[in-house]
Amino acid sequence: MASLPNIKQQKSEQQESEKNQFLIVVKTLLKDYRLYLLLLPMVLWYALMFYRPLAGLLISFKNFQPNLGAMGSDFVGFANFESLIDGAFSPQFWRSFRNTFVISLYGLIFGFPIPIILAIFFSEIVNNFVRGFTQTLSYLPHFLSEVTITGLVLTMLRNSEASTGILSGFLLNLGLIEEGTKIVQNADYFRPMFIITGIWKEAGYSSIVFFAAIMAISPVLYEAIKVDGGNKLQELRYVTFPGMAPTLIIMIVLRIGRMLSVGFERVILLYNANTYETADVLSTFVLRIGLEGGNQAMGAAAGMFDSLIGFGLVVGANFISRQISDSSLW
Amino acid sequence: MQQRISRSERSFKIFAITLVSAFSLLAFFPVIYAFSASISGKFAYDAGQVVLLPKDATFEVYKLIYADKGLWISFTNTLFYTIFGTAWSLFISITGAYALGKRRLLFRRTFNFLVVFTMWFSAGMVPLFLNYTDLGVDNRWGIIFGFGVQAFNVILLRSFFAAIPHEIEEAARIDGANEFQMLFNIFVPMSKAAIATVALFYATSRWNGYFWARMLLAEPTELPLQVYMRILIENYRMVFDDMPPDLPYSPDSYIFAVLICSIIPVLIIYPYISRYFAKGVNLGGVKE
Repeated sequence: MASLPNIKQQKSEQQESEKNQFLIVVKTLLKDYRLYLLLLPMVLWYALMFYRPLAGLLISFKNFQPNLGAMGSDFVGFANFESLIDGAFSPQFWRSFRNTFVISLYGLIFGFPIPIILAIFFSEIVNNFVRGFTQTLSYLPHFLSEVTITGLVLTMLRNSEASTGILSGFLLNLGLIEEGTKIVQNADYFRPMFIITGIWKEAGYSSIVFFAAIMAISPVLYEAIKVDGGNKLQELRYVTFPGMAPTLIIMIVLRIGRMLSVGFERVILLYNANTYETADVLSTFVLRIGLEGGNQAMGAAAGMFDSLIGFGLVVGANFISRQISDSSLW
Repeated sequence: MQQRISRSERSFKIFAITLVSAFSLLAFFPVIYAFSASISGKFAYDAGQVVLLPKDATFEVYKLIYADKGLWISFTNTLFYTIFGTAWSLFISITGAYALGKRRLLFRRTFNFLVVFTMWFSAGMVPLFLNYTDLGVDNRWGIIFGFGVQAFNVILLRSFFAAIPHEIEEAARIDGANEFQMLFNIFVPMSKAAIATVALFYATSRWNGYFWARMLLAEPTELPLQVYMRILIENYRMVFDDMPPDLPYSPDSYIFAVLICSIIPVLIIYPYISRYFAKGVNLGGVKE
């Protein structure tokens, strides 16, 4: 009983110190209000345009009806997810899932080495003007819009009664396609078309990072291997590759982390109903079901699935890279 | 030194230069071809005689483009979205990145985490779209203000601000500079290269933006160039059928000409910005 006032005293002391701390925070905030004012626009923007939509993911657990709103709609648990994985929408969902992985795997196999090779070759050009000129030309497609790039591709690949595009004509002459083959309308050709378009647009620009890594390698190492009588291949093997290894690992991690986000604008612009079989990816599936088809809850559920796996991939890739090297994204 | 270059090295160099030049020229080829095809005559184009240089050159198609009101409106819209959108994005990125870099900022780690998190997770297309309609900004204001910050650019600016010597900041503070003066009179002028790079990233993504403009904008008079072009390409058949049969050029030439019109502005500013962005990309790409 005697200890009671003691506890009370302690409590009030604690409250006092909490109050003091609070006051200190308020005082620093007031004294430093300009700094927080500078932060405010960004915080508001993120809250409204990024974190508010996150709350909107709630609708993937609901039988969402726009007129009732996200709160008013009935809660249905995992019913939407079940319908995706093992229900009415599952054939389309798994097809888009498979396509996403296949397309990004091809993109990784064919698309990833090319910028590295380009960077090594760029670094071999001694003449600054020639190097700058070729580099600048190869970066350019990156700055053109997807609509422009795909517009060029679609028009050059056109093969109709009205006209034959230059690329279709070229492939016909080489005998790679048969008379009357419409590449754009044919599911067999979608993936090569998509991957090559991607390499054309991004390979040059992606080489910048690797080029910078090669340029940062100390020339002394190259001198040393020359003195030791190493040839060009040994030079690449023992100097260039170890020198750019950290960059390579980071770029691979980034790439794997973004495995699921195949350039979806490019898919929308290149695919059509005839090529869904090989072209429909998760994000285009979400678009067709959720926004064009009006089944928002299903779209949100598929989108969340997409985001979660993507997030898992980033974390996993980063974990692995930390295990095998010192490079890590965070 | 010159004699020491071995034969294997020389042949490798020649191989490298040939391959790189071939790649670069191929990368640029479609642009040249599109221009040549846009001004070539119908007969030469249909016969497949246009490969690199134009044949039977006629600028008729550009006259038609000049008279295309929709194209001009969309072009002006894109300019409007790009200028105001980039200004808005730059403003919140610069102010935010500056504040996030200050050690004394309360909850600094939390704020930084919340920014980086946006790079790895997103709500997805449907909640984002519903958010636009909910907030009532599924219109041109949504296009300008809805796209604000890209986390990568914020981190790039933040690390650039962090590299500014501490002594300069202290000197300015002793002279009585407040936070606003510090940012706009000291940090911003000292980070011109980084800001130019970020501005370039924002401006290209604004200029090239297609998907959300197509989803959010309903009025034909509000459409940006990319959407206008795409609709034209999609309705190729109709465009073709509407054209009189005795035109001196192929309908494809018209498409190519419109594409060229979207490329030209990029080509014009490209040389000015390329010297900036090479620096900036190195800065943000690996060192973070």
